[in-house]
Amino acid sequence: MDKTYNSSMKTAQTVTLRIGLYVILSVFALYFLMPLFVMVTTSLKHLDEIRSGSLIALPRDITFDAWQIAWSQACTGIKCEGLSPYFWNSVSLAIPAVLLSTFIGALNGYVIAQWRFKGADIIFALMLFGCFIPFQVVLLPMAKLLGIMGLAGSIQGLIFVHVVYGIGFTTLFFRNYYVSISQELTKAAKIDGAGFFRIFWSIFLPLSLPIIVVTVIWQFTQIWNDFLFGVSFSQAGTQPVTVALNNIVNSTTGVKAYNVDMAAAIIAALPTLLVYILAGKYFIRGLTAGSVKG
Amino acid sequence: MNNILDIKNLHKNYGALNILKDVNVQIEEGDFLVLVGPSGCGKSTLLNCIAGLEEITSGSISIGGRDMTSVSPKDRDIAMVFQSYALYPTMSVANNITFGMKVRGIDKPTREAKLEQVAKQLQIEALLSRRPGQLSGGQRQRVAMGRALVRDPKLFLFDEPLSNLDAKLRVEMRTEIKKLHKELGASMVYVTHDQIEAMTLATKIVVMKGGVVQQIGTPSEIYTTPANLFVADFMGSPAMNLIPSKVKTNGKGCELVIDRGTDQPLVLHDTSAKNLPDEVIIGIRPEDIGDAKLRKSKGLETSDCLVDVVEPAGADTYVLLSLGGKEVTARVPGDTKAASGERMTFTFNMSKLSYFDPQTGLRLN
Repeated sequence: MDKTYNSSMKTAQTVTLRIGLYVILSVFALYFLMPLFVMVTTSLKHLDEIRSGSLIALPRDITFDAWQIAWSQACTGIKCEGLSPYFWNSVSLAIPAVLLSTFIGALNGYVIAQWRFKGADIIFALMLFGCFIPFQVVLLPMAKLLGIMGLAGSIQGLIFVHVVYGIGFTTLFFRNYYVSISQELTKAAKIDGAGFFRIFWSIFLPLSLPIIVVTVIWQFTQIWNDFLFGVSFSQAGTQPVTVALNNIVNSTTGVKAYNVDMAAAIIAALPTLLVYILAGKYFIRGLTAGSVKG
Repeated sequence: MNNILDIKNLHKNYGALNILKDVNVQIEEGDFLVLVGPSGCGKSTLLNCIAGLEEITSGSISIGGRDMTSVSPKDRDIAMVFQSYALYPTMSVANNITFGMKVRGIDKPTREAKLEQVAKQLQIEALLSRRPGQLSGGQRQRVAMGRALVRDPKLFLFDEPLSNLDAKLRVEMRTEIKKLHKELGASMVYVTHDQIEAMTLATKIVVMKGGVVQQIGTPSEIYTTPANLFVADFMGSPAMNLIPSKVKTNGKGCELVIDRGTDQPLVLHDTSAKNLPDEVIIGIRPEDIGDAKLRKSKGLETSDCLVDVVEPAGADTYVLLSLGGKEVTARVPGDTKAASGERMTFTFNMSKLSYFDPQTGLRLN
């Protein structure tokens, strides 16, 4: 008798705990999904419906007009050509900047972790320090430097800024990954006759997929989402999508087109979302990669 | 001039830290040299210096009669097997073995012929398409050896290659390395902290401590006539007994008086010893202290001693006594009647005794 009583008590307890857990999880999920829900539904509504209806109501009839306008007609200041040119600016700035900073980070990490030289620790510490320099501090000197280099206001200039700013992080990632790889590997390759770059290409880069994915996601998110550098070092025509989004939202005349603003915001956020969905599982794997023995 | 490896006056500093001090080692073709010592003694650093992976501060290294002091590792005509095996994780076994040849620009048919030959020799033909991650420890070990073998070098270097294997496999691979050495007639330098590995493999042993070579000799020289207290204590298992003793010299040789606490001092006579100081440390191997049945030969001394502990180990039994304030191990046959707390007659083989200076630790005879 006692036993059955006990075990049924226990089951009841577990079930209650489970239910509580799911309730809490659902509340948090709702809390985080609510803004997205409002954005998506609002972007699909007519302007009349937005003004008359409730914020969280589903759209009565779905229209993609707002998306169309956001992409190709919305006004950013005096020009009215939508987000698309700025979106492609962001693409043509983010991709080279991500690839370059990742590659340089890999090379730096490889040197610091595997080719110990005098002062390697100091250089690494300085690079680490570079990760903590606030954006604002470098704005004026960087503007001056870009002017001297003749890159002011250009996409190449923005690429340069992001590569320089990203090297600290990418070096940190790769250094920490490579430092967990036995130095005997480099020694063995040296005895096999391979040189500095041969060892990097043939042995270390093929090993680095997890950390490359982590670095690419990190860098892409940073660079795509950047606003301050984008707004400081660009000029009309070279602005990235984040700056254009700001301009669309702020330069409305007359009635505020919430549906267009929402659609534009989603468009600007889509690439980072996509990168996470496609490479997310490698991201988690990469973050814990150092702890797995080879 | 047929020294395959000749190290002269080698010094190695890291900043102000003196890692290797005046190392001089020569080996002849076909020698199996083992560098042995406790961790931090500089044996691996010395191996890395031979390989060219570490620069030396002063001195010279020549391999196969050529001065290699400032030659890069790839041109030293050496091959090396590492403790972690250091296999290239993303390459198949076959590519691991042929990578060096590929880097050197050796043509494909030659590479494949070499690979086939080595794979056969090491019985790893079935593993060639696998990745290192899919291999067991022993298999990885073989692949690492294969990578060294395809080079056909003047000198093989091994850096504690067996220390990552479990005990049983270690003994197997030890035998295999010894066989390989015999088959190839190759010259090898082998680093280990395991003195048993050193004894079983070497034709020549270098015992090191604190960056200084303590003794160089054949395994039996090192075992029977250790050059100092460190070597005596480090080589051999159980370790050599080191017993403090007073010496009285008279016309018939030396009388050794060993304190036994409350008991009467143990007195041993060594007729052949000469010129010993008043106090010495006697070194005697456990097998040189036997029971009363120890085979009769010259220079035996017998005495009754109190048995502290009896440790049977199958064929032999180790009996622990207390002499000169030190625990002393005697190795007696497994069927001994020894019992702890009882007195028993022990026989000391005086001809095998080593004498050390208590101050300097150096060998006296």
